[in-house]
Amino acid sequence: MDPKPLWLLAELTYKCPLQCPYCSNPLDFAGGRFKGELSTAEWCRVFREAKALGVLQLGLSGGEPTLRPDLEDLIRTAHDVGLYASLITSAYRLTKERLAALKAAGLDHVQISIQGADEELSDRVAGTASYRDKIAAYHYTRDLGFPLTVNVVLHRRNLHQVEALIRLAESLGAERIELANTQFYGWALHNRDALMPTKAQLDEAWQVVQRERARLGTRLEIVWVLPDYHEQYPKPCMGGWARAYMTVTPAGEVWPCHAAGRITTLKFENVRDRPLEWIWEHSEAFTRFRGDAWMPEPCRSCPRKAQDFGGCRCQAFLVTGDAAVTDPVCSLSPHRPLIDAVVAKGERDSAAGRTDGQWTYRAAPASRALAAKG
Amino acid sequence: MSAVADARAPRLHPKARLSRDDVRGRDVLLYPEGLVTLNTTGVEILKLCDGTRSLADIVATLERRYATTGLAPDVGAFLEGLAAKGLVTYGP
Repeated sequence: MDPKPLWLLAELTYKCPLQCPYCSNPLDFAGGRFKGELSTAEWCRVFREAKALGVLQLGLSGGEPTLRPDLEDLIRTAHDVGLYASLITSAYRLTKERLAALKAAGLDHVQISIQGADEELSDRVAGTASYRDKIAAYHYTRDLGFPLTVNVVLHRRNLHQVEALIRLAESLGAERIELANTQFYGWALHNRDALMPTKAQLDEAWQVVQRERARLGTRLEIVWVLPDYHEQYPKPCMGGWARAYMTVTPAGEVWPCHAAGRITTLKFENVRDRPLEWIWEHSEAFTRFRGDAWMPEPCRSCPRKAQDFGGCRCQAFLVTGDAAVTDPVCSLSPHRPLIDAVVAKGERDSAAGRTDGQWTYRAAPASRALAAKG
Repeated sequence: MSAVADARAPRLHPKARLSRDDVRGRDVLLYPEGLVTLNTTGVEILKLCDGTRSLADIVATLERRYATTGLAPDVGAFLEGLAAKGLVTYGP
């Protein structure tokens, strides 16, 4: 059977009060390509089309999705068509009244990010004083009876806080904590040297995760997203290209994942021009790497190809310039030395005490400057 | 299943929601970042799990509906499986 999507990530806006240097949004989010956000009616049509196509899980993300004043209307429609709606938010300036209104509209699940286990580090990474709003919103979320996921992106500056982060999620009564090691796309790729963890940091954090999983059992689900540069084989990115996921950007472009828009050799369609079903079934962006006919060696004859699908097309493009080669993270890839060099630089920087490398905060002026540079 | 256990009243956890997956012709129980596929009986059981009916009542209702007996072990096991995932809770 042809694959049908289960997941839709709706990036409602690229506006965001936070400035996290690992943001997965495009570097040029403030550029002309992303101007003109979809209207309420357009998003509602996308949700109906997505459900008719097979989508069951909806992520409402951004940027900061609560900046959309029509979020309640969007959630009501998502709920009415039978989608399970998760809000993925920074919780900046998020009030209990707004959360209650979102609940009344049918919101199912709330995911709130945090950038560190204490106010000083969290606010420094976010580039915006937001820790107190987050802590308050975690409590509102629980008071209102939402299931709660605590979202954390891990990197060299906060990996030492993994235990404190898990304890925080536990004390909040969260259902889940997502500990996502930085994946190097978007702003994270731009800031890669300043974010790259050491092997020792990762090993120590992983020990903590295993210990805490044993202690907590089913009380708190701890999701650990692998640091793929430090792995031997690539991640099964998105469960395979265009097999289960789709992302719709604020201005209506449809991507097989939230990083795919950077692949300049693919043509992306827009929900303003085409039905979602046509885009999923027929567009070049979705069909180009679906299945395994596109695979070169070493993937083509590799027994792991049904397991990892050749890894990540975006990573292949971003690191090698060719989206159709084996993910360079794979130890069998001829491009693996490019990854090893970056990892080795991280180790050298750490050994030399250079652990406070500067990063560029994700913000509109920086984005416009980077877009102008190309 | 003891008489004491039968008095417990199961209900869906607030994080779980029943939905119809028309494209794949199935009913599903959706929860954060995941889903469980349900058969017709599973849906009927969950629709009775309102937090007020006891497990014994639910079994009796289903046995009448299907004009059969001995459903308690299957119904109990089905709900235990969902409870292990945190999708069903037993309330007073």
